[in-house]
Order: sequence, then C-alpha cells, then structure tokens
Amino acid sequence: MLPSPSFDRPDAEQLAALRTALAGERRARGPVLPFDVVAIDERLADAGLAGGGLHEVAAASAALSDDAAATLFLTGIAARFAGKPGLSVLWALSRFDLYAPGLEQAGLPPDRIIYAQGRRDADVLALAEDGLRHGTLACVVAEVKSADLTITRRLQLAASDSETPMLLYRRHRTLGRCPLDMPSTAMTRWRIGCTPSLPLPHPGVGRARWSVELVRQRGGNPFSLEVEACDATGRLALPAAAPDRAVAPARALSHAA
Amino acid sequence: MPIDDGPGACSVPRGGGWRPGARWARDGMVEQPATTDLEALPAHQRPTMREMGRRSEHAEHPFKAMPPDEGAAGRAPAPKAPGWAALLGQPTILVARTGQRDAVTAACPVALELGLRPGMAAAHARALVANLEVHDAQPDRDRAFLDRLALHAVAHWTPIASVSGMDGIWLDLTGTTHLFGGEERFCRRLVAFARRLGFTARVAIAGSAGAAHALARFGRQTITIVPPGTETQAIADLPLAALRLRPEALVAAARFGLERISDLYPVARGPLARRLGLGTVERLDQARGLAGEPIVPVVPFEMPRAERRLLEPIGTAEAIVQVIGDLVEDLVGVLQARGLGVRAAILDCTIVDGGSQRIAIGTARATRDPAHLKRMLAMRVERIDPGLGIEAMSLSSPHVEPLAPVALTAGLEDADRAPDIAPLIDQLGGRCGPDALFRLSAVESDVPERAVRRVAPLVEPAGWPGWSRPARMLRRPEPLSSVVALLPDHPPRRFAWRGRSYRVIAGDGPERIHGEWWRSPSEMWAVRDYFKVQAECGGRFWIFRRGDGVEAATGDLSWHMHGLFG
Repeated sequence: MLPSPSFDRPDAEQLAALRTALAGERRARGPVLPFDVVAIDERLADAGLAGGGLHEVAAASAALSDDAAATLFLTGIAARFAGKPGLSVLWALSRFDLYAPGLEQAGLPPDRIIYAQGRRDADVLALAEDGLRHGTLACVVAEVKSADLTITRRLQLAASDSETPMLLYRRHRTLGRCPLDMPSTAMTRWRIGCTPSLPLPHPGVGRARWSVELVRQRGGNPFSLEVEACDATGRLALPAAAPDRAVAPARALSHAA
Repeated sequence: MPIDDGPGACSVPRGGGWRPGARWARDGMVEQPATTDLEALPAHQRPTMREMGRRSEHAEHPFKAMPPDEGAAGRAPAPKAPGWAALLGQPTILVARTGQRDAVTAACPVALELGLRPGMAAAHARALVANLEVHDAQPDRDRAFLDRLALHAVAHWTPIASVSGMDGIWLDLTGTTHLFGGEERFCRRLVAFARRLGFTARVAIAGSAGAAHALARFGRQTITIVPPGTETQAIADLPLAALRLRPEALVAAARFGLERISDLYPVARGPLARRLGLGTVERLDQARGLAGEPIVPVVPFEMPRAERRLLEPIGTAEAIVQVIGDLVEDLVGVLQARGLGVRAAILDCTIVDGGSQRIAIGTARATRDPAHLKRMLAMRVERIDPGLGIEAMSLSSPHVEPLAPVALTAGLEDADRAPDIAPLIDQLGGRCGPDALFRLSAVESDVPERAVRRVAPLVEPAGWPGWSRPARMLRRPEPLSSVVALLPDHPPRRFAWRGRSYRVIAGDGPERIHGEWWRSPSEMWAVRDYFKVQAECGGRFWIFRRGDGVEAATGDLSWHMHGLFG
C-alpha cells in the first residue's frame, strides 16, 4: 500500500501554492469593485464585486419602497462601475417606471444610461446578453421577474467572457415569496430593504437607511447589516454609532411636522 | 257600366288599393294620363317623368353633385394653376429686395408691354401701372427647380447638362439628338415639354456655348439652330449684352458707340482688350467658337449599390450569408471610394418565381465596417423566405452620410478614450426595434411627469436640477385615503395607500409646484405641494396635496402618492 498523504491535512507548501493559484485566478477574472465600506468588503470573498460576474439583487419585500431601495442600490453599484467619463450602462427592463432624476441623484447621470425596453422577460434577457457580449459597456442591469438556472448560467458566462459586470434585478412575482429562493449561479445575491433613518434633531427626513443582506456568495458566508443609502456618487456608508441610546419613537413622531 | 275610377292626372288609384308591383298596376289597367292631358296643365303643375313612373330618364343621384373626397380621383377637373392665360389681363411683376431697395426682377409680357423692365424700382413700377400684381421673387426655389430640370436632362436627354445663370440650362447635345429624331424635332420636343410645365422656353443650338446662350436669350425665334461654323454671322446682329459681359464693360462699350456684337469684329484685339477688358475679348472668342468653354456637368447622386447574380439558385442560410458577405464587401468598396457611410441598407433577393424578398437595416451612425454590416444583415437572414431559390441579390443603401476618416488622437491618453457604442446600439435596435432603445433627457418643466423625455441613444442628454426626486415613479398619481394632516404646510401624520395604513414619523416639504397655465387653462391656478415623508415601517414616499390649503381655486386638497424614494 502506497504511503498516501493524508487528505485531511495537506502540508503548508500545497496550501500556499493553492492560495497563489487562486489569487492569480481571481486577478485574471477581472477588476473587483470594492464598496469602500470595510464591514462589507472584508466579508466578501473577492473583497468587492467581481467585475466579470453576475450579481443578483432583490427587494426584501414586495412593497414598492423596498423595490425603490433595491433600485437605488443597483444604481449606486452601476454608477461606480461607470465611473470614468464616456462609459455607459445598459438598463434593460420590460416595464418602465424608473424616474431618471432620482437615478441621477444616486450617481448615474442621464448620459451614462441607455435604456432598452423589451416586451417580455426573454427579450430583456436577450438584450442584456447582447450588451454583455459586446464588451464596451461599463455594466449591464436587467430587471426580470423570473430567470432559471440556465439563464443565470448564460449570463454568468457572458459576463465572465467579456469582463462586464451583470446586475440582475429580480422583481417580486408572487406575494410572500422571495425571488432569490430560486437556484442561480450568481456570484453574489443581495436582498435590500428600507429601514427608518436616524431621526434628525430638526424636522425632516434624514439620509435613507437600508438593511443589506447578502443571501449567498461564492466562496464566502452570508451576512446582513444596516447601511446608509447611496450618496450622490453611489457610495454606501456605515451608520455612525449612536452616541446615546436609541431615540424613542414617540419623540420621533413630533419630528413629523 | 264600370264605375269611373280613373285617377285623372294622378297615377295612383283612389281608394288606397295601390301597392307597388301590383299586377293591375303593371298590366296597364290604370290608364296613364294622356300626353294631351299633361300638356293642358300649366308648366308648374306637370308631373316629372319620374313621378309618372317612366324610367326613360333617371333621377339625379342626390350625392352626385357632392365634391369628391380629397385625394380620390374626382370627376371634377382639378383647379388649374394660374398660368399666363389666366393672368394675361393683369400685369404681374416679381420684386426682390436688395439692401434698402425693392427692384423688379422679372415682368410678365403684359407688364413688359406696359414699359416695366427688370431692374427698375418696384415703387416706380407701381406708380406707372395701377392694377399691378406684385409677388416676391424666390430665387432659391427657382434655382432648386433649375437643378431638378438639369437632373431631369441628365436622366433623359444628354449625359452632360448644367444650370446656366438664373434662367437657363446648358445641354451638350453632341451625338444625342439623333435619338430624338434630329435637332429640329428635339427642340420642338423641349419647347413642348416646357409648355406642359407651364413655362415659355426658347431653345438655341449652336457650335459654341456662348453663341447658344446669346441666341436663346436675344434671338428672334423660339427655336434657333445655327449651322456649324456660322456662329459669327448668327450672333452678329445681337446687342452686346448677349455676350455675358461685365456691367462696366457694357457701360464703356456704350460710351464708345459699340452696340452690336458685329461692331466688335473689326476692332483690333489689343485696343479692345485695353478698353473693354480682357474678359470681353475672351467672351467674344468663346461665342465665336475660337476659344473653348467647357460645361461643368451636374452629376446626379447615385445610390451605392452592389448586385450579385447567382449561377444557381440558393436556398440555405449559409449560402445566403455567404452572398451577403460578398455583397457587403462590394458595397464597402463603393462607399470607401466615395467617402460615404451607410445609415440604412436594403437587401433585395430575387426569387426564381419572380417574387422578391427584402430586408432592411438601419444604423445609428454612418458606418462602412464590413463586419458590423454583415452581422446586422445576418441577424435578419431568417426573415428571408427563399422559396424555390434565390437567383439574384442586391444590396443598396438608400440613406448614406459622408464618412470621412477621423484622425486618431495621440496615444498618450488612450485609456480614457470612450468606447464606441454605436455598433451595440444597432445590434440591440435590430433585436428589439429602434424605438425600444433610448436615453432620457431633461425637459424644462417643474411638473415631475413632464420633466423627462426620451431621446435617441446617441444624443447627448441634459441633466436635471438637484431637487430631491424619487427613484421610481408611479405611472399616474394614486389617491391616498384617510389622511390626517395639518393644513396648510405640514406633511400628513398618517395615510392609507393600497389597503395599508402608514404612520408618518418624519417629513420634508412642502415643495410647491405650480401648474403650467400655458399648456391648459385648467392648470391656471393649480398647485401641488410635494412632501417627502418617512413611514414608521421605513418606507420613504413622495406624496403631494392638490392645492395650497388656503385658496380653494388651487386644488381640492386631495392627497396623492406619486413616487418612492429608496
């Protein structure tokens, strides 16, 4: 019988060689877009969003406010992918209810977005794949109601071939069922919801806050945390630690006026 | 004795037994009123033929007199354009303004008889003739018409044609008139053609362009044909103005007493050139045929086109794609030589049974990239139905734009150069239709739903001012129910929307937006007060109230949901 090396304990050189190979593979996969928020970046396997990969985003609930929060989360990522002048984002969708001035305030001005409106989900996905394969876009965003494993695999392959990031926004289809339950080959899958913002010392609405939940990622663990919404350049921020205990909601009510 | 039930002058029997088509009525049981009876009646009491049941003359159809629909071929002749015949009774002139002065540029024959001449002041002409009709001259349209006429001449009469001055065209008839039965018949044909268009034409054929120009404008006959070599004698009696001389040369010639062209013949060339300018000598030589005067022909624009006739009919997609590739290579060669780029292309396939299939592509920007054109055409190959086989294919480009080579920028900042997305636009447009691809641009309107418009994907859009705006907007504002709010300028404390009630914990506003009274009178006083509110559940909404809460005319104080901040 051969003296086989024990499989449960590889030696240190093997591990180091594997790690360097993995790092080289990751570098070859394309640029990585960090969130510049340490709490998120250190928990992501790539320390950011892989430039040539499929990333899925869904709203935490079927409510339209969560839908808008997920849209702005996508917009912020797309705006930072299209950071250089002259780059464009393709936004493919079938039902148009975006409001472009709001997207501009999340960092995506109108000269960076091209909208493509298809009739059905299949058209939208075909448009997105064409845009990915062309390779000149900074980022492709597609809004669909359903996409099965085959479709996500196609998109993932197209994205990694052309090193163009693909953001797939999965809208809610049936009440009470998260669209991220379906299997997918995405690199990361996010679920975004609205939470109340920090009450201001004066009347008014503070910076929006979202609950960001990473449902699944390749090579890493899921996590969830609360962040402050995109600023005018699409960057998230961690909420500052509350200096005092949480403000009572009764006092917050008086801020409504 | 039968009862005399004769109806007399009335054709319907008394007693009400009449019904249409009754046998007794057809069989002539009722005796028709005799002609003599009718003639005895006064004219206004005589029944018409139709009332007497005789169909020998048909009744006038009630709609016959109506004018025909617009566009349909009506029976009534189209109103004729007012020609000289209609206007002959009234003198007409055209005036054009040069600087501060209205000058007559053309006058009709009647006006010419009355002593009005081109070049005189319009006020002078109006003073001379009482009922003068004055129109504005349209030199641009005249010129455009002459250009079209020259193109028509190139297409139908001779390959070399050109516009001459503001009122004529040159035709180089060398070797072409025999196609029309000789020069004489060709000239008559030209005059008839011009008459059909509504013009009075004068034609002169001479061996030199100058002589033909002079004879056509100053000759005595409508058609003048100068035998070869006799131009000098033919133009001898014409005034000097026929030579296309400069005005100062004409003035100088009048001072020397030179009136006709023949007066110039005996003058020595040296003194003539010194006194009237070298241009005069040159014009004289050109008119006599001693010096050449080439005609610069108009070149009609030809659509870039490539065609391949196939040895055997093809029907497979691979073969069609192969031929498309060959056609694109041919077309790109043509385009490159002429410096053009394709904006639209049509592929026409002729099927064996005589039918044809065509597919069209459009591009967002002029291009002659063969790979791109091949890909766009190949995307539509499945729309071709080859039937029994395709025997000829042609690729033409009905819409082209000039496409000059672009100098490459220095390679120093190569990384920052924006990638060209026009091919992608074409590709996506081919998939979902050109209208489905757009950018959004700003419109100068404060009303949120009017602030956005769609523009083409290659247009540079404008941005919006930085007022806080939601990310998603409802298609139309949805009414809120059970709203509790302090008037006039507080956000609501609670509201219900889509069957769910929300308690508001914070609010911003109001942002007042006034109606655009220039669009519709109902917006004259309309006001919307927008609030950004945050509900207890975390949602941030953009809601508005109709009316400012003080004046009743500004709105009914109803609350609406309009958009959602994330």
